[in-house]
Amino acid sequence: MSAPTEITEAAVAAAVSDALAAIAAATDSAALKAVRTAHVGESSTLSQLNALMKDVPGDQKAAAGKLVGQARAEVNQAFAAREEAMVREEQNAQLAAEKVDVTAAASRWSAGGRHPLMLLQESICDAFVGMGWEIAEGPELEGEWFNFDALNFDADHPARAMQDTFFVEPVDSHLVLRTHTSPVQVRSMLEREVPIYVLAPGRVYRTDELDATHTPVFTQVEGLAVDKGLTMAHLRGTLEHAARIMFGEGAKIRLRPNYFPFTEPSAELDVWHPTFAGGARWIEWGGCGMVNPNVLRSAGIDPEVYSGFAFGVGVERTLMFRNDVSDMHDMVEGDVRFSQQFGMVV
Amino acid sequence: MRVPLSWLGEYVDLAEGITPEQVQADLVKVGFEEEDIHGGDISGPIVVGEVLEFTPEEQSNGKTIRWCQVRVAPEGQVAADGGDAIHGIVCGAGNFFVGDKVVVTLPGAVLPGPFPIAARKTYGHVSDGMMASAKELGLGDSHDGIIRLAEMGLDPEVGTDALELLGLSESAVEINVTPDRGYAFSIRGVAREYAHSTGAAFRDPATEVISSRGVTEVTKFGTEFPVSVDDTAPIRGRVGCNVFATRIVRGIDATAPTPSWMVSRLKLAGIRSISLPVDISNYVMIEMGQPNHAYDLDKLSGDIVVRRATQGEKLITLDEAERVLDVEDLLITSGGKAIGLAGVMGGANTEISDGTTNVLIEAANFDPVSIARSARRHKLSSEASKRFERGVDPAIAAIAAGRVAQLLVEFAGGEIVDEGSYINHFAAPSAIELPSGFVTKLIGLEYSDDQIQSSLSEIGCDVVASGAGFTVTPPTWRPDLTDKWTLAEEVARIVGYHLIPAELPVAPPGRGYTVAQDVRRRVSNTLAATGHTEVLSYPFFDEETNNLFGSATSSTVPQVRLANALDATQGWMRTSLLPGLIGTAARNRSRGLNDLALFETGLVFLPEPGKTYGQDIVAGGVRPAPEVEAKLYAGIPPQPRYISGLFVGDAITKQVGQKAVGFNWKDALAAVQQIALGAGVNISVRQGAHKAFHPGRTAELLLGEEVIGYAGELLPTVAEAAHLPRTVAAFELNLDAVTNAAGVPHVAVDVKTMPAATQDLSLVVNDTIPAADVLAAVVEGAGELLESGTLVDVYQGAGIPEGQRSLTFALRFRAPDRTLTAAEATASKEAGVALAASRFGATIRE
Repeated sequence: MSAPTEITEAAVAAAVSDALAAIAAATDSAALKAVRTAHVGESSTLSQLNALMKDVPGDQKAAAGKLVGQARAEVNQAFAAREEAMVREEQNAQLAAEKVDVTAAASRWSAGGRHPLMLLQESICDAFVGMGWEIAEGPELEGEWFNFDALNFDADHPARAMQDTFFVEPVDSHLVLRTHTSPVQVRSMLEREVPIYVLAPGRVYRTDELDATHTPVFTQVEGLAVDKGLTMAHLRGTLEHAARIMFGEGAKIRLRPNYFPFTEPSAELDVWHPTFAGGARWIEWGGCGMVNPNVLRSAGIDPEVYSGFAFGVGVERTLMFRNDVSDMHDMVEGDVRFSQQFGMVV
Repeated sequence: MRVPLSWLGEYVDLAEGITPEQVQADLVKVGFEEEDIHGGDISGPIVVGEVLEFTPEEQSNGKTIRWCQVRVAPEGQVAADGGDAIHGIVCGAGNFFVGDKVVVTLPGAVLPGPFPIAARKTYGHVSDGMMASAKELGLGDSHDGIIRLAEMGLDPEVGTDALELLGLSESAVEINVTPDRGYAFSIRGVAREYAHSTGAAFRDPATEVISSRGVTEVTKFGTEFPVSVDDTAPIRGRVGCNVFATRIVRGIDATAPTPSWMVSRLKLAGIRSISLPVDISNYVMIEMGQPNHAYDLDKLSGDIVVRRATQGEKLITLDEAERVLDVEDLLITSGGKAIGLAGVMGGANTEISDGTTNVLIEAANFDPVSIARSARRHKLSSEASKRFERGVDPAIAAIAAGRVAQLLVEFAGGEIVDEGSYINHFAAPSAIELPSGFVTKLIGLEYSDDQIQSSLSEIGCDVVASGAGFTVTPPTWRPDLTDKWTLAEEVARIVGYHLIPAELPVAPPGRGYTVAQDVRRRVSNTLAATGHTEVLSYPFFDEETNNLFGSATSSTVPQVRLANALDATQGWMRTSLLPGLIGTAARNRSRGLNDLALFETGLVFLPEPGKTYGQDIVAGGVRPAPEVEAKLYAGIPPQPRYISGLFVGDAITKQVGQKAVGFNWKDALAAVQQIALGAGVNISVRQGAHKAFHPGRTAELLLGEEVIGYAGELLPTVAEAAHLPRTVAAFELNLDAVTNAAGVPHVAVDVKTMPAATQDLSLVVNDTIPAADVLAAVVEGAGELLESGTLVDVYQGAGIPEGQRSLTFALRFRAPDRTLTAAEATASKEAGVALAASRFGATIRE
């Protein structure tokens, strides 16, 4: 193609038409690059036409400039559009080539999990902390005074033998593995100022062999409130509130007469579990009652001025019926599949 | 306590056709726990039959059977199973004769087992039913032969329903009696409670017996066998015996059969029939709750004295065990010789035998503490001791003795002679003041005066309204009623716990979780979220295991030992959580779960060396004096909370495009840093040693300057002994130390936004120098401009002198206020090199 010598409409139109055809014909970035050199760059026909502007007489400059300028704009626009489309196509092709099977992902992370007994304890604690209660703790190896005498278990009372206690050598050291978390209640009353609203979670021990429903090492959560004017109605209200948090709005509780040395009156605590796996029903949940005046006296609290209520539930038992765990072995054997199925939530 | 329904029904009205389940539910309402239901596991047709003839037939197995013709219905009538009046039955027993009345279980009957009866072919005949033994009917252990009704003193018509005749269709409910309700260890007490529950009419067996059964109550001191109590060493100030009644029956036939209804009731109550006198004694104990004992009068050698045992004194009890007695044991003696361990078990030397004709009946009341201690000391918990420990009504001893005597006369013949004695030093129950309004204030439900008065009267109290409330005198059978709280419980119980409303008390504003409680949860959550699985293990181990692992901070520690471990070889309380994790890991691997990152938090038991722990017995019910209280606290050994982890198998398993990466010591250290992150503290690491750990792969963990634990890899021999692979990583640290350091608000460092300059630095140092120390020197020497430094490579080999290694650090420099020049960064780096050089002889790698 020879170099143009004069700016004419026909020459411009021909250059535009050549350029557009070449742009449309380019199929890859190399071809497009050649098109740029031939039709857009410094040596292209349109550039050469533009260079002729200097020879155009003054009165025609405006028209010629417009003619060439519009032509160059049209070609540049077409080129840019084609270039952009081509980049997009090439990117799409690359992305398509990078496709993976997301279901075959290798993981650098493996699942862990909390033990559900710990999670459940924590969630019971949350329910009470939400009511303004505090969490109290104490040793698992306890003195008999804290575990029995202060709780109105007379040294010769059959209830003391009933507890299936682990004793420590030498036996006359009067140290035991606590049979309940009630010694923490005693410590709380000795160490805190009334009013007291505390929850005592923790491990306790009884000389039961492990089977599907028993374990020598288990977990309790006990509560104690000591204040002026506390009644058994307050006990009931507190337990009902906690039951709803743990088992849903449909939960309710039932009290049945029972005997514990450390409460008077004493009651067995049943919970109506609205979402029990085998259908809604009453389930024995724990024990409770008004703090026995002798227990208050053991801590130097005057039962004529103050009253209190206390309750205790087994966490293993709660887990069994709340989460449908059928065998105690799963809770004590440490099989990772058991904890892992709960993950971080019980 | 097992309660046969027909027996209960004698003393309280039961609704027609009431089920054992309903009776149990009624009893649960007033405070008993349901245990079980017994009986109801046998059904007819079971009838009285008469053996008409039999032919002995020797079998090839050497056994001789009898082919019998047995009449099971009167002539001309159809048998209870719809078959002929005469059945052919094969019987293996040989203890019967033609003409005997026997118990025939006809086809369709079901015996306990369950064991259904059907006509079946055996020994060449069709045996159309079975002649039953006592054992087969669940009536006893006797399997020596079939029941001959004549031996039971029975001669009923052929075809009589044997279930009715022998009381076999009965059932009993079993309830758990709480330790405060000794009186409910009797039909009398349960009937009374049943009346409280249902409002049905109660008839007291004590008064019933007197009014309708011709029982004569002993009321005076006897002369022939005078009784005295000589307690020179009362326990806790209480004389061992305050009531002692005796009654003498002469001329009995001790071999007379026990009536079948009594055998059946005793059996349902859980007591085996032994002989008529023993059965009667047990029967009255169950009925009235009064343990009693029958002595062979002719074996007594003189006055009866109740006294404490002397040092070394011995007694052979009815179970034929020779008991070496303690000076606290209370004895019944005759002519100076022990004839019974009071309230626990009688002696063999005065036991009733078949030849006994004259008996002395004892019904006494003993101090619960004395009896409880003897029963525990001799590991002899009897039906009698169970009742005395919980308290027996002291007012019924004389009546119960009379009832035993009356039953002996009725079934064993003989006569009650006007002999016997009655000591009664029992102090009447004390009155309790119950202020008006107290019950309402304690329970939170409005109780009227009428409700209070009637419910307390109903349980047997004497209630007198006084100006400010009531004066209440409990009945003799309720020693548990001692103060106004116990009375409040009775009012609430009789009116009904179900009426107590629900009211939510408002606790004062709480402080939420303590720092320690909060941090523990964060730490556990952090570990679980980073791939660790929480487990819980038992804290019982053997002494050697504890010795091997020591504690988190000490290699040898004293241990706590249990006196009554379930497994005597595992009687020591853990000093470390690691043995539990090792056992748990081994169990998981045995189940095919090979890749494990476990952690556990829990208490360990760490008495301080050289210190003695323990408490004195201090009575409850009053706050101890401050110095006594301080000693109670000081007597408890320290029990810090630890957190430990264990790693075995692959950290990253083999997957698509991914090679397996095994767990090692680095994972243990990473977990420790996750704990530090969760707790918001800094835990540093230095080379350490532990006897259960790899000598070259153990780190000591520090919080500031304090050692709080260790991490690394177990000794391969320790791992292999636990059936784990050679490489097992682990850590253990004192979580209490971590939580104690936590909770301090973090002081923030401003984030600098000027451009950073990065440079790498390779230093050659002696290979015994820890990399962390070299980096620390570089950081210290480089000063403020060095923002961070990380070890990125360790190299030993060509170009590095023997015994040395090259450590490469990636350094990032930044100034707070300007863009750093390369020259400034280099100057800072060189200052760091200079300090590392002077401290460790480090040189820049060429």
